[in-house]
Amino acid sequence: MSVKFEKDHDGIVTLTLDMPGRSMNVLNDELTQPFSEAIAKIEADASVKGVIITSGKKEFLAGADIEKVYAIKDPAVAFKLAEDYKAFLRRLELCGRPVVAALNGTALGGGLELALACHYRVAINDPKAKFGLPEVKLGLLPGGGGTQRLPRLIGIQPSLPLMLEGKELNAEKAKQQGILHELAASRDEMLAKAKAWCLANPKPVQPWDDKKFKWPGGDSKSPANVQMWAIAPSMASAKSYGNYPALTNIMSCVFEGGITDFDTGCRVESRYFANLVVSQVSKNMIGTLWFQLNAINKGSSRPQSANGASIEKSTVKKLGVLGAGMMGAGIAYVSAKVGIEVVLLDTTQDAADKGKAYSAGLLDKDIKKGRLTQQGKDEFLARIKATTSYDDLKGADLIIEAVFEDRAIKADVTKKAEAQIAKTAVFASNTSTLPITGLAEASERPKNFIGLHFFSPVDKMPLVEIIVGKKTSKETLAKGFDYVQQIRKTPIVVNDSRGFYTSRCFATYPMEGLTLLAEGQHPRSIEMAGLQAGMPVGPLAVQDEVSMSLSMHIIEQTRKDYAAEGKTAPEHPGVKVIEKMVKQLDRPGKKAGKGLYDYPVGGQKHLWAGLAQQFPLAKEQLPQRELIDRLMFAQANEAAKCYAEGVVEAVGDTNIGSIFGWGFAPFQGGALQFINAYGVQNFVNRSKELAKKYGERFKPAAILVKMAKEGKTFNA
Amino acid sequence: MTEAFIYDAVRTPRGKGKKDGSLHQVTPIQLVANLLWALQDRNKLDTSLVDDVVLGCVTPVGEQGADIARVAAIYANWAETVAGVTQSRFCASGLESVNIAAQKVMSGMEDLVVAGGVESMSRWAMGSDGGAWAMDPRVNQFTGFAPQGIGADTIATLEGFSRQDVDAFALASQKKAFKARAEGRFAKSLIPVKDLNGMVVLDHDEYIRGDATMEGLAALKPSFEQMGQMGFDATVLRKYTTLEKITHVHHAGNSSGIVDGAALMLVGSKKIGKKLGLKPRARIVQTAVIGSEPTIMLTGIGPASKKALKRAGMEARNIDLFEINEAFAAVVMRAQRDLDIDPARVNVNGGAIALGHPLGATGCAILGTLLDELERQDKQTGLASLCVGAGMGIATIIERV
Repeated sequence: MSVKFEKDHDGIVTLTLDMPGRSMNVLNDELTQPFSEAIAKIEADASVKGVIITSGKKEFLAGADIEKVYAIKDPAVAFKLAEDYKAFLRRLELCGRPVVAALNGTALGGGLELALACHYRVAINDPKAKFGLPEVKLGLLPGGGGTQRLPRLIGIQPSLPLMLEGKELNAEKAKQQGILHELAASRDEMLAKAKAWCLANPKPVQPWDDKKFKWPGGDSKSPANVQMWAIAPSMASAKSYGNYPALTNIMSCVFEGGITDFDTGCRVESRYFANLVVSQVSKNMIGTLWFQLNAINKGSSRPQSANGASIEKSTVKKLGVLGAGMMGAGIAYVSAKVGIEVVLLDTTQDAADKGKAYSAGLLDKDIKKGRLTQQGKDEFLARIKATTSYDDLKGADLIIEAVFEDRAIKADVTKKAEAQIAKTAVFASNTSTLPITGLAEASERPKNFIGLHFFSPVDKMPLVEIIVGKKTSKETLAKGFDYVQQIRKTPIVVNDSRGFYTSRCFATYPMEGLTLLAEGQHPRSIEMAGLQAGMPVGPLAVQDEVSMSLSMHIIEQTRKDYAAEGKTAPEHPGVKVIEKMVKQLDRPGKKAGKGLYDYPVGGQKHLWAGLAQQFPLAKEQLPQRELIDRLMFAQANEAAKCYAEGVVEAVGDTNIGSIFGWGFAPFQGGALQFINAYGVQNFVNRSKELAKKYGERFKPAAILVKMAKEGKTFNA
Repeated sequence: MTEAFIYDAVRTPRGKGKKDGSLHQVTPIQLVANLLWALQDRNKLDTSLVDDVVLGCVTPVGEQGADIARVAAIYANWAETVAGVTQSRFCASGLESVNIAAQKVMSGMEDLVVAGGVESMSRWAMGSDGGAWAMDPRVNQFTGFAPQGIGADTIATLEGFSRQDVDAFALASQKKAFKARAEGRFAKSLIPVKDLNGMVVLDHDEYIRGDATMEGLAALKPSFEQMGQMGFDATVLRKYTTLEKITHVHHAGNSSGIVDGAALMLVGSKKIGKKLGLKPRARIVQTAVIGSEPTIMLTGIGPASKKALKRAGMEARNIDLFEINEAFAAVVMRAQRDLDIDPARVNVNGGAIALGHPLGATGCAILGTLLDELERQDKQTGLASLCVGAGMGIATIIERV
């Protein structure tokens, strides 16, 4: 049974949610059916004096059954789902007995909505337990009355960020915000407090059912809230660019609920919920950021050994990081953070110490925020040894080199490190541009050689691109995969190819921006198009961040590589702009303080005024839609080519890699899902149109033409 | 088609729209009733011949809510048969009333209409009536709502008007209005506001700052910078994609003043004028309204004026004098550019920056001022125009007869 029913001698019933065969309780028929029967039993039994709802799992209740929600295509079905759950919660809070939520662990989404429908909430003060309404992160809204109960409980203004940002609070914060009533140190204490409250409050009434109910902080019509409503959409859109309908619908639920009575507000909420459930955006986000991400985290791209046997899970105990620059320092930090012993090596002790100081800096910030003690910092730093001696690498399970992008230097450190480590240890390169198979030539053990491409800043970016060279063994890949998970990042697996996957696709974004600039489109309109498309930074700004001198270096390297094979490198029209900016105008980018932008000291960066002269405006300024399509189609088409070429083998890796790796618009669900949502045939048609107008680079990938013909989409 | 004529125009003085403003003591219905009585007296009017009273009111709540036009007609003790309607075309409401009156007469459906508007901004604050546009988050987001001052600052940014440019415009408005008041140029239409004892409460436009200086204006802080940074600027920048940022130049000194006031006009056919023994002062030649981009919302003057001119078979150069509502300095400066007209023919007696802008009444008031000035200078044609909330423009062309 999913719901255990126990009545004690005082007439207090404890309902324990404990779904068999699952590690967590989720809201579906398997739970709500017996739950509903238990409520019926309580309603019919006058000797029941109170109800305590708790969970038999580690967490209380994780929320709705996403699989079920994802499958809904008819808004009427979604509406009914929300209405049924709300009717059930309404019965609970109107059952005439005190009902207490005894929150033994995390209660998110529908789980917290259940708790909000209880008259009283006691939680165990476990710092790991989370409380919140994070539906927005999947393009949805709290459809179980959350948008109505929370604002009536804590006020409209405090409730909005919780739902619009999907903030998850720990127990103490949740109590401060008025979401929880009481905290307990243990399960027993929690249950005792819950029972005591039941006995002391035989006839509780929810605030919104009280005839004298007054909105905390006023309803939607109160002058302060009217002012807030006028600016709230602008504040939300300033970040979302209007791409997230969930934000709008959450605001509508709270706004309209702040005008109507509770029950009408609930009907309104179900309508807006249904609207989101069937929206393309929620399908994109759930498909990629829930199902595909979960699959990756469960190891969908982790290999079996060549003979089909499973490879045992590995952990890194000692890590060697070669090169204590920004990347090396970041890798040392994220590794020491999970308890790995790190040797951080550079050519001078000064450089190595500087790399270690990077961790100290981050830890000081944590201390300032009260998240860490001095002792914790000392212990953390004791795990990192800054050195110049290769001897210190002895005993390392994994070496990651993050030295300058130069084959000779990389070959040198590979040899020196391999001389110190065990034959079973893995050697990884953090290169972002040089093919792994070539770098592995410097290795004695190319089977143990792999690419681990981190993103900057390492402590913030969630992705690591694992690059498999020609000779890399399955076991090495599995070890790399395990390490990435060990440092709590998301691994995607990529085969060796120029620019790998993320760098290659990402480059099309700034390059298209530069091309538009060369064509005489207004630079600010180009930047705005990137932002409107859902990219985190405009294409010109991001090119400045990457630095055009680095891009120039890669372009020249590519030219050399092609020339060596007696070929000419195919060149993007954007290259001309980079060449001009670097060689003619000496404006290489942000690091130099001058690029496509100016970076006044102490002031805000702004587009370089000289652009107007260097790239005069064309008479015809394209509509934003055209700019947006060019920027997005360039990326998506390249991702499709990568997938077709086997650079990335999994749809999930391709989508997640695009969002986590280079910030591809999350609401689109990633670069391949973008094509699905656009319609493969439509994408092909539009690509042909763009190719005709703007150049061959937009010609749809062959795989897309074939898929369109066969009526196929990219499925994980 | 019947022609529509203006027979009379009256207005209250404009009182500062704050609690220390003189007209804060007076109910909005009293402001209207005073003017209805003035029209009745000045024209020896048989009120039973009036078909309708059309009033603009932008914040029709509380004392000025619930169709103040009809209730004012009853309260002023006019004939029971005089109907009344209250409408809102935001800041253009006063002129909209005149246009509706003209259309009623020109269609031959009605003969005599009182048109105008009222706004007690000190008693019923602008925006206190709510509205889906700003209040309802999805409507707000869809329309790209931003307060008008943000739109005015955007116009200044787009047109390259500096802070000094807009301040200089404001100073000129103050000087013109101060001089006009001193010379009694408003006297023909201005009806002092009296209390129920017949005691005068206010007999002059009290918002004018004759002592204004460039230095004084320069010291004022931009009013819309902070709210712009909170999120409204971003809303504008998503639409005006060539702008990297908004320069905030408008403040209390170069924006229209918040004031209390009312204005009325008597509009009728030639026939009814003869019957009443009244002399028509001007013919209403053409009216026009138009929608414009709603986020900036203040760029409708040029297009609305051009629309009216075109339908009338005229050009801007055929117009002797213009009254363009000074919602914000940049609005009028841009309108002058759009219409390619000499600023010397625009707002010769100052505008709302100096006099104030009683939202529901202004359109009617500036048309009256325009007519008075055409008569004073013995000129023929005039055009009044206002920018309008949510992105609209309105224009009315008159010609002396």
